[in-house]
Amino acid sequence: MDKGSFEVKVGLAEMLKGGVIMDVTTPEQAKIAEDAGAVAVMALERIPADIREHGGIARMSGPNVIKAIQSTVSIPVMAKCRIGHFVEAQILEALKVDFIDESEVLTPADEENHIWKHDFKVPFVCGCRDLGEALRRIGEGAALIRTKGEAGSGNIVEAVRHMRRVQKDIHRLTTLRDDELMAAAKEMGAPFEIVRQVAKTGKLPVPNFAAGGVATPADAALMMQLGAETVFVGSGIFKSEDPADRAKAIVLATTYYNDPEKLAEVSMGLKDAMKGLDIASIPEEERLAKRGW
Amino acid sequence: MNFKSTTIGVLGLQGAFARHIAMLDKLGVQTMQIRYPNEIDNCDGLILPGGESTTISKLLDEMKLRECIQKYNRPMFGTCAGAILLSRNSDDPRIQTLNRVPINTQRNAYGRQVESFIASVDLSFDKKPFNAVFIRAPKLRQPGKEVKVLGTINGEIAFVQYKNILLSTFHPELTDDPRIHSYFIKQLIRK
Repeated sequence: MDKGSFEVKVGLAEMLKGGVIMDVTTPEQAKIAEDAGAVAVMALERIPADIREHGGIARMSGPNVIKAIQSTVSIPVMAKCRIGHFVEAQILEALKVDFIDESEVLTPADEENHIWKHDFKVPFVCGCRDLGEALRRIGEGAALIRTKGEAGSGNIVEAVRHMRRVQKDIHRLTTLRDDELMAAAKEMGAPFEIVRQVAKTGKLPVPNFAAGGVATPADAALMMQLGAETVFVGSGIFKSEDPADRAKAIVLATTYYNDPEKLAEVSMGLKDAMKGLDIASIPEEERLAKRGW
Repeated sequence: MNFKSTTIGVLGLQGAFARHIAMLDKLGVQTMQIRYPNEIDNCDGLILPGGESTTISKLLDEMKLRECIQKYNRPMFGTCAGAILLSRNSDDPRIQTLNRVPINTQRNAYGRQVESFIASVDLSFDKKPFNAVFIRAPKLRQPGKEVKVLGTINGEIAFVQYKNILLSTFHPELTDDPRIHSYFIKQLIRK
């Protein structure tokens, strides 16, 4: 019996496709997310918008929060560890979380190295801004890639930028000759064998999800139309005035992302979305997407 | 055998529906992603894919697809979450099943994702075992008399047939081995 292989890890990511993964900080929120139709929840101590507001060092959630959420819902429970903090990851694995997000939303523990994710049985998801970053993380063992976007901003612009960039980079690889791929790998700083694979298949070897700034059903559908296979919603739900209704609307918008009439219908009657931030108003050093490489 | 005139619908609300469609494409069958009621009327058979059973169950109600599938009398194949939905009863009260196969399901019966695995399933119709992927898989329990066991793992039921419906607790769409999908097409749809 083969447990924890790359195929088994990617297998769970495949099951999450076409769904919505929601950030939650309490068992009550987790229940709201599950009842709304979330495919998984991300157990956090603070949602990104609050991390941004309150500052300080953001670390892995305490085991109590994670355990309480695990015993409340039946859907997969994910949790975040700091970039490079492999001991937080070991603890999360011991807690049997279903997926670990090595996330730029938390304060990085290592400014040079990410976690060697092949050492773990639990699958990892990592953020990226372009294809090179995605392939470096896959080289380290990530079973799922998401755009970084700009977490806690309620602004979709960065997620769009990152998703378009990844798609454009993939397309470009497929137009190159074999003798041009090594130079492309060098330029992207990505593992050559994976670069070759992407050039040949025209897609990432793992699922590609969107995160960072989704606040409305329309945002979720936009990311799906741009090629995301599932959507993470962080602050967008529980920073809004109507979490349960909004969560359900975003779930429907993700399934019916290319049906404008349905999108109009699910968007009806929602209260105010989270206020959100203009990216230009976030000082360069406070931009979460810049963390990790 | 020419499958060109056969169309199989794949319930495409959430989950691994694209992988089922890719497998059926490889076998030369016409496919259709099903997301609205009545779309299934144009299909010779229907696959309910894996994914999150709570999510799929809610979307079935939301889109009034539950009744269509309850009444559907052509061949069906449920994998993992799809098998839970087609079963008589699940141990989890959060899931309202469609009660199409007299068998019970236990959700996440092997445990959380770190317990997910790949293992050989012994098939009743082929000597060569099937290398199968189990993701937070359910177990099938208390089969009714007319339920035929087609596959087992370490003696436990993993794959069954009841009349013209198949249920598997594993994911044949995640492998390159088309034998399970071929069985569905040849034995249930094109028989």
